[in-house]
Amino acid sequence: MLQIKNLTKIYDGGVQALHNVTFDVPKGQFLAVIGLSGSGKSTLLRCINRLIEPTDGKIFWNGEDITAATPDEMRRIRRKIGMVFQHFNLVHRSPVLTNVLAGRLGYVNPAWSLLNRFPGNDVKKAMKQLERVGIADKANHRADELSGGQQQRVGIARALMQDPEIILADEPVASLDPVLAHSIMKHLEEINKNDGVTVLCSLHFLDLVHRYADRVVALNEGELVFEGLPQDIDDKKFKEIYGRDAERVG
Amino acid sequence: MEKKKSIWKSLQLGLGVLVIMVVYAYGFEITNVNLEELQSERRQNSLVRVMRALAQPEIFEYEQAEQVVNFPFYVTCPPEGTPIEPELDTSNAYITVSPTCAEPGEIVTVEGFNFAANVSGPVRFVPGSDPTNLVSIGRDTVTTDGSGYFSLQFEVPKRPSEEVQYVRATLRENVGLPRFTRTAHETWDKIIETVFLALLATTVGTLLAIPLSFIAARNLMKPVRSPLTSVSLSTLGLPVGMMTGFYVVDWISKIAAPLTGNLITNIAVVSLVPVGIWFATRWAMPPEELTVPPLGLRMARMLVLSLATIASFFWLFHLSGLTSILGRLADQSLGSIGFMGNFLYQLSDILKLLVPSLGALAAGFTLSSFLGRLGQRISEKLTGATLKVLNLVLAAAAGATIFLLFGALIEWLYQIGRPEYTYYIPGGIGAGLGLLLAMLTKAKDTLPVGMVIYTVTRTLLNGLRSIEALVMAIVFVIAVGIGPFAGVLALGLHTIVSLAKLYSEQVESIAAGPLEAIEATGANRLQTIIYAVIPQIVPPYISYTMYRWDINVRMSTIIGFVGGGGIGFLLQQNINLLNYRAAAAQMLAIAVVVSLMDYISSEMRERVV
Repeated sequence: MLQIKNLTKIYDGGVQALHNVTFDVPKGQFLAVIGLSGSGKSTLLRCINRLIEPTDGKIFWNGEDITAATPDEMRRIRRKIGMVFQHFNLVHRSPVLTNVLAGRLGYVNPAWSLLNRFPGNDVKKAMKQLERVGIADKANHRADELSGGQQQRVGIARALMQDPEIILADEPVASLDPVLAHSIMKHLEEINKNDGVTVLCSLHFLDLVHRYADRVVALNEGELVFEGLPQDIDDKKFKEIYGRDAERVG
Repeated sequence: MEKKKSIWKSLQLGLGVLVIMVVYAYGFEITNVNLEELQSERRQNSLVRVMRALAQPEIFEYEQAEQVVNFPFYVTCPPEGTPIEPELDTSNAYITVSPTCAEPGEIVTVEGFNFAANVSGPVRFVPGSDPTNLVSIGRDTVTTDGSGYFSLQFEVPKRPSEEVQYVRATLRENVGLPRFTRTAHETWDKIIETVFLALLATTVGTLLAIPLSFIAARNLMKPVRSPLTSVSLSTLGLPVGMMTGFYVVDWISKIAAPLTGNLITNIAVVSLVPVGIWFATRWAMPPEELTVPPLGLRMARMLVLSLATIASFFWLFHLSGLTSILGRLADQSLGSIGFMGNFLYQLSDILKLLVPSLGALAAGFTLSSFLGRLGQRISEKLTGATLKVLNLVLAAAAGATIFLLFGALIEWLYQIGRPEYTYYIPGGIGAGLGLLLAMLTKAKDTLPVGMVIYTVTRTLLNGLRSIEALVMAIVFVIAVGIGPFAGVLALGLHTIVSLAKLYSEQVESIAAGPLEAIEATGANRLQTIIYAVIPQIVPPYISYTMYRWDINVRMSTIIGFVGGGGIGFLLQQNINLLNYRAAAAQMLAIAVVVSLMDYISSEMRERVV
């Protein structure tokens, strides 16, 4: 259970990215976050694992206050929260396997990382995750030799290495073509349904929302303007979320 | 309105031109631009001489066969009349002078016969009556024709004497194959020294610049923030830890000293201790932990790790002892590659010198980071008011410590000898500033420590970078004596500061995405650097290192001018001795090596990046 209460973020320049956002995410839900570019979706997701420090408000996860966690506690919390990015954020010059193993960094002893050593079990596990997303044959390729869809699968494998309870997906398919987008979304759906991992996924296309999400929250200029089921977004709601001049495309 | 504007504009332009003229006029004045001097005949003559010498670098020489022939000659004819021609051995080379006597300043004809074809050499007047006299007068040189004959109009010098004097022709011929001159050999030796000087300086510089570049990178340091309790405690911990570390390592060295001279104990310690350390660290640092271990276990682990650290220093001393013994053995028995032994011996010395500072640094940083974490914990646990009091005390102590350390440095540099100026007052000011800081910040606020360290490092780097390596070399020549080692230190230091700057700019320009992704997995700062930063900066680091090696080779060619070793020393010597042909050989060598390095480094950069 993830509870977000009165979350507010004001950046140093005075830009208000989030304003008093409150909602809950039950365990095992596939939640879509929608809204225009710049509406605060990325900020919201990054506040949850505190890549961005919230200005005000609280985030509770299984009763623990994430916003008050000390650096040591934060390490333990973060390792249970996987994250998938729009631009995949792989380390280009490292092999795919190393990129996947990096998901284990929250667990391994930092001193051994100096020697670039991972326990044997982790390596086996990494190969299994790569098999799961269907690119085990690319394990020793450099990450930048892979296509966009393959890179995003590496990103998912990396998140899976964390044994996550939540996956935060920040527009995971925005840089991919529609066919690849569905294949990536299916992976996320499969993880959500089979492993019971909660997924928070920000999306641009409503057809993807309808197809995959259990529930939707919508942001507009940092404020929560909609919370409910995907099929509840009618034309009126749509205009509220995306503005008066918006046209539905998908 | 329009017109006024255009007048104003032309006035501005005119004023601008005037200012530029004045600036350049002053520049000409103080740089002594003087083309008349360039055109004077004296200057031009010497210029031509130097240019000709420079164009003939002294690299090859031949074995020379000499034919020396004397001919008796009287300056002022003797009163008894023209002397008769001596008996000439016409089967060999010989010269004739006609007439056989003359007044000073008269022109006589010198002819040579039966010499080798196409050889040349000086024809000189030999004063005194000794034909073997090495002193000779004149500047004529002759070259024989195809049949070994020459003829010369020779001016008789003003050396009148009643006795017989001589005219001497010394004709030289190159025989055999060309061989390298001594200058060439010396140049070769020194150019090798130069290249290795640059190599060592670059290696040392690169190794130290890499860690520095991380703390001089804004994007890595900006997120580093700590509460005041933690900052004060780690500030206090650094000097205390360093001193403790230094004394502990000193103590270890005393324990190890009687044993390090023995080959067998050395081998035993060097081979067995790592096994123990390996098992200890494996136990104390499990590769993966899902839960936080209990306090007792953590204490036990820390104890084991400290013991392992002490053991590893003990090991380092024995390693130094072992390499020293092996080095001496190798030096005596390896013959022509005995320098390998010397290398080992020097390495052991470097190790022995470095270990105490390493221990001090390790202990300092360990204690500092441990106390920092403790401070972090304390500021999480305590309530605001108690924390505030604690902060006041700790910040005052930390501020006083920093200022006292600076005071000690000033005392050491300037030898003021007045403790109230170097210790009491600065200590008080430091404590006051600490108190002020503690009062102004909220107890649980985090301070931008990262940015403070970043700013201090950057300032230090920029300051040191502005001192030319040549100037640093002068200081190091005083510290370690004239020779290439001073050059290595000077170039090394300059390499550290300039590479750290270049490297840190590369760190600042890496892609932020991977950094964010690695951080999101729960990785700590060290892990983030290793997995997200380092893979991204490898190519530019290699490229900059190559570039710096290039610069260092170029710099090392002139660092000898101030006694820093390398070819510059030879070059300067030859220029001062007006030995331009030798200097030309060295300039040629520099040009060849620098352009070769240029080529190699650009090739390698292309390969790697």
